Amino acid sequence: MVLAARGLRRDFGGFTAVKDVDLDVHHARVHALIGPNGAGKTTVFNLLTKFLQPTHGTITLLGEDITNTAPDKVARMGLVRSFQISAVFPHLTVLDNVRVALQRPNRLATQFWKPLSALDALNGKADQLIRSVGLEKERNALAADLSYGRKRVLEIATTLALDPKVLLLDEPMAGMGHEDVGMVAEIIREVARERAVLMVEHNLSVVATLCHHVTVLQRGEILAEGDYASVSDDPRVRTAYMGTEEA
Amino acid sequence: MTLTFELQKQKERTPVVAQTVFLGLGLVLLLLAPLFFYPVFLMKILCFALFACAFNLLLGYTGLLSFGHAAFFGGAAYFTAHAVKEWGVPPELGILVGVVGAALLGAVIGFFAIRRQGIYFAMITLALAQMFYFFCLQAEFTHGEDGIQSVPRGHLFGLLDLSQSSNMYYFVLAIFVIGIAIIWRIINSPFGMILKSIRENETRAISLGYSVRNYKLAAFVMSAALTGLAGGLKALVFQFATLTDVGWQMSGEVILMTLLGGIGTLIGPLFGAALVVTLQNYLATSEFPVTIITGVVFMACVLLFRRGIVGEFYNSRLGRRLGFEHRQKH
Repeated sequence: MVLAARGLRRDFGGFTAVKDVDLDVHHARVHALIGPNGAGKTTVFNLLTKFLQPTHGTITLLGEDITNTAPDKVARMGLVRSFQISAVFPHLTVLDNVRVALQRPNRLATQFWKPLSALDALNGKADQLIRSVGLEKERNALAADLSYGRKRVLEIATTLALDPKVLLLDEPMAGMGHEDVGMVAEIIREVARERAVLMVEHNLSVVATLCHHVTVLQRGEILAEGDYASVSDDPRVRTAYMGTEEA
Repeated sequence: MTLTFELQKQKERTPVVAQTVFLGLGLVLLLLAPLFFYPVFLMKILCFALFACAFNLLLGYTGLLSFGHAAFFGGAAYFTAHAVKEWGVPPELGILVGVVGAALLGAVIGFFAIRRQGIYFAMITLALAQMFYFFCLQAEFTHGEDGIQSVPRGHLFGLLDLSQSSNMYYFVLAIFVIGIAIIWRIINSPFGMILKSIRENETRAISLGYSVRNYKLAAFVMSAALTGLAGGLKALVFQFATLTDVGWQMSGEVILMTLLGGIGTLIGPLFGAALVVTLQNYLATSEFPVTIITGVVFMACVLLFRRGIVGEFYNSRLGRRLGFEHRQKH
């Protein structure tokens, strides 16, 4: 187990967005967090990555308590996330977006006296990542000029650039075309061989084929857990998704 | 095939050649300028241009709008003036005192300000700068409302007499070029790339493991130190340091200069500073209030060319052809 949450709770004034959530994310497995809109999936992501502070509960990463750790430090410890709305640096090129992600692990982020050409040392690794997500044609294009789906792909490339131990992907397939969905699913499968992956995803066919474990959230609470087959047969899950048990 | 390759290479070379020509031409104009203009007027432009460029390092490249940069500009002017006049240090050392003082002041103000974003950041910088203003008003070494007057320009490295206008002008020009070169190096460095990424998407930068606060503080201190360079220089040029330089109006003026010239362009603030200083100088004797004119110019700029003078040129057909194309958030 690389990432664990116990009794996770988050209140916003009188509203409880996440309530008593326990979560175990394991090495070399893809774990899906699903649920209807407003179930609290993204809030759980924000709590786990420390962009939000939990009201109650504890979070451990690789055995270390990160409940009170800053989000940038959590990222440096190996827990890296992508965002629901594509998070790229719009006025930087695709290459520069990936290089920015590579700069810190390669100790090339604080040198204000060195020329930009010092970053050329990262081009080999950056190009490899760009090729792996099929963005080689757009290498020198501004991220702002990419389609939404291509931006998502770029975000995945920058996330992978950090070589994370745990990868949190918030709706990685949202807004993608069919070709990209297949490619990204394959990338996630490949990545998960050596890492833990936790993903929020609405595309249930992707969840069915890709994920080893599924946690269903509803109104901030865990409704069901298990493999896809058992979860999809759960009448409570059917009701939550379709509004009727027979659907 | 070879012809296509050659044409491509020629196309890539054109912007570099054009930019080098522009840079060379600008330097030649600055070297010859004292033949046509009053040197103190030119030195004032260069001091304010360096101030605006240092401010732009923070606003244009890190996305932080400080409303308290007058504290560093005026503070450095006081530190340099005091060091040169009271301690009798040479001018180069006096300027260094100003730079170090401004950097320390920047570290203190920045430490508190970077904890907040947007308007709150601007308000904290304004509040702390105004506290420094009242400190300057009360402190003994600043001589209150009289300021520090009759600051000797001294001899550069004990050799060059800076009381001669032409010597002083070329000294100011040299410091200006060095200051701009430092800013250019910072923004075109691995560190500068991280600053741009923070400006573009701070949340993403945090999620990639960057301690955004540390980078912002470093940029803040660098900007304060370079502003101090301009402030110290100004104290030597005008031979006095007064409360005018630490007031909030000065912080407003540098924002105006930067916006007029073009945020996020290296030399935009130079043009903005030149325009504002020229307006102030030529309208000083007019009965019409200068502030109204600069206000109208500012409004026209915001409404008609939001990228600023240089920003609009960079994005014009000619600018793009010369390779100056400039992409910036507005």
